[in-house]
Amino acid sequence: MDEGLKSELSKQGVVATNLQELYNWGRRNSIWPLNFGLACCAIEMIASTMARYDMARFGAEVFRPSPRQADLMIVAGTITKKMAPQVVRLYNQMPEPKYVISMGACAISGGPFKQGYNVLKGIDRYIPVDIYIPGCPPRPEALIDALMALQRKIDAQQLTGDSRPRHLNADEPSEFTVPKFGAHDLEPPQNPVVWHAPLVQIALAEDDDSGTA
Amino acid sequence: MTTLAEAPPKSTLSPSASNGDTQLLEVSMGPQHPSTHGVFRMDVSLDGETVVKLKPIFGYLHRNHEKIAENETYLGSMPYTDRLDYFCSITNNWAYALSVETLAGIVVPERAEYLRVITAELTRLQNHTCLAGFLMQDMGASGTPLMYAFREREKILDLFESLTGARMMCNYMRFGGCRVDLPAGWLEQAKTVVAAFPKFLDEFEALLNGNEILMARTQGVGVLSKELAINAGVTGPMLRASGVNYDLRKVDKYGIYDRFQFRIPLGDHGDVYDRYMIRVLEMRESVKILEQAMRDLPEGLIQDPKTKVRNFKPKPGEAYGRIESPKGELGFYLVSDGTPRPYRFRVRPPSLINLTILEDMCLGRNVADVVIILGSVDIVMGEVDR
Repeated sequence: MDEGLKSELSKQGVVATNLQELYNWGRRNSIWPLNFGLACCAIEMIASTMARYDMARFGAEVFRPSPRQADLMIVAGTITKKMAPQVVRLYNQMPEPKYVISMGACAISGGPFKQGYNVLKGIDRYIPVDIYIPGCPPRPEALIDALMALQRKIDAQQLTGDSRPRHLNADEPSEFTVPKFGAHDLEPPQNPVVWHAPLVQIALAEDDDSGTA
Repeated sequence: MTTLAEAPPKSTLSPSASNGDTQLLEVSMGPQHPSTHGVFRMDVSLDGETVVKLKPIFGYLHRNHEKIAENETYLGSMPYTDRLDYFCSITNNWAYALSVETLAGIVVPERAEYLRVITAELTRLQNHTCLAGFLMQDMGASGTPLMYAFREREKILDLFESLTGARMMCNYMRFGGCRVDLPAGWLEQAKTVVAAFPKFLDEFEALLNGNEILMARTQGVGVLSKELAINAGVTGPMLRASGVNYDLRKVDKYGIYDRFQFRIPLGDHGDVYDRYMIRVLEMRESVKILEQAMRDLPEGLIQDPKTKVRNFKPKPGEAYGRIESPKGELGFYLVSDGTPRPYRFRVRPPSLINLTILEDMCLGRNVADVVIILGSVDIVMGEVDR
């Protein structure tokens, strides 16, 4: 339908839409996050629901204590290797459609604690992440920006076709392996279905001998 | 003050006889639980509703703070201390700076001492308001008290942000002083915030202090005796709520705390209500300190010019610096071997040590009481697990 006609009709009090838009409109405006804080970023997550930042404006203030009722997991803080299996288990318990925001440097990569033996170097090794927010901790505005980015992402999802979201595609996995403690580290150290090691390609120019002895 | 809730008789504290009708139920609270204040887990054994055993399980947020610090320069550990007790980054900075200054014998200029007191007491204000708000949240007062607390907290965070550049992770102290001086107009803004704070406290207290539900839920709940508190090494508002007059600001008089007129509020019963009231009263005392410090703030240097910033190597030796953080006695124990990195770096976290008596306070109570007793301890897992 022509966009101009649609906006003209809406001025007359007539809403023209299709099922997909209605469906996505409903989903994007009632994202219920899981009430789940890990570390410092959790405080900023709480602050963003309070009076000044007020995430309720975006329909996302209903923090559910149970993963069974939540749509969005905000991984807010450092994930230690003791905690990682629990995070994955919580994610598995959430019903589809579900989304993940990786909030802060620690949840992205281990952040300032990356060198620690007990710190997981990013939650995206075990579960798929939709939005990353850098910062230590990110400001509440950054979290709200991430939420709006997630809303745009939901809005753009097609209900049919190859690019349809995971919850409409029976072939896509919705639960992921929960890591276990092995002899030295979590096993598996990452889930190959979700995570691929970043490729680093270093190419030197012909006459550049700076890296060689 | 009358006690509304009676402590249950001793007979309920032991597991019931196995007559086939009753059996103990083991409940795992956490690590994902809305009222455990982070990733903390309690294994609670229940006889009906009554707690007969409680085993705290830590370590879900163990971030190798001490080990990282031993491979880091002295100054390089300063931002890490922000993330210990992430509500009160400035008091953490101060405790660490104080122990390094003790180790290296650094003198702090007058103005820097005042700036430290001002920022630390502002930190105490925002920590205690949030604690009171979270305690009410745990009790089921969902929203309002916490919203009011965060409204005040944001005003203080605005001050921190304009001073240090960060809302939460301030990284403000340096060895021998502070990192930056006050920006123009900061003091006036801070005075306005502090002057308005007692009005907020009046409102908060009018809402809560005499509230029937609050009194019924907290009075006589989670009683901590004076003897146990002292023996377990409990410090901070927890200890003072049990009636022990021990505040490092008075005992050690670190910094310049001997110049200010303020009193130490003490509790009578050592229950959750007392712990809540102690925090409210301490906020009033902090406002007094702030008013005096901002009135007397002198001009001058904010950093000892003789302290080397780069290649800082204290002489071999050891030092323990401690301050009264909003949670209790926060101490850093450092051993130097003359290299730019500390040989041993040890934190004495008040939250962890205040948490050790959790089982003693919870035995014989209901699960619902466990939640508010834990809330009144004021833990931050970043500091408990480090």
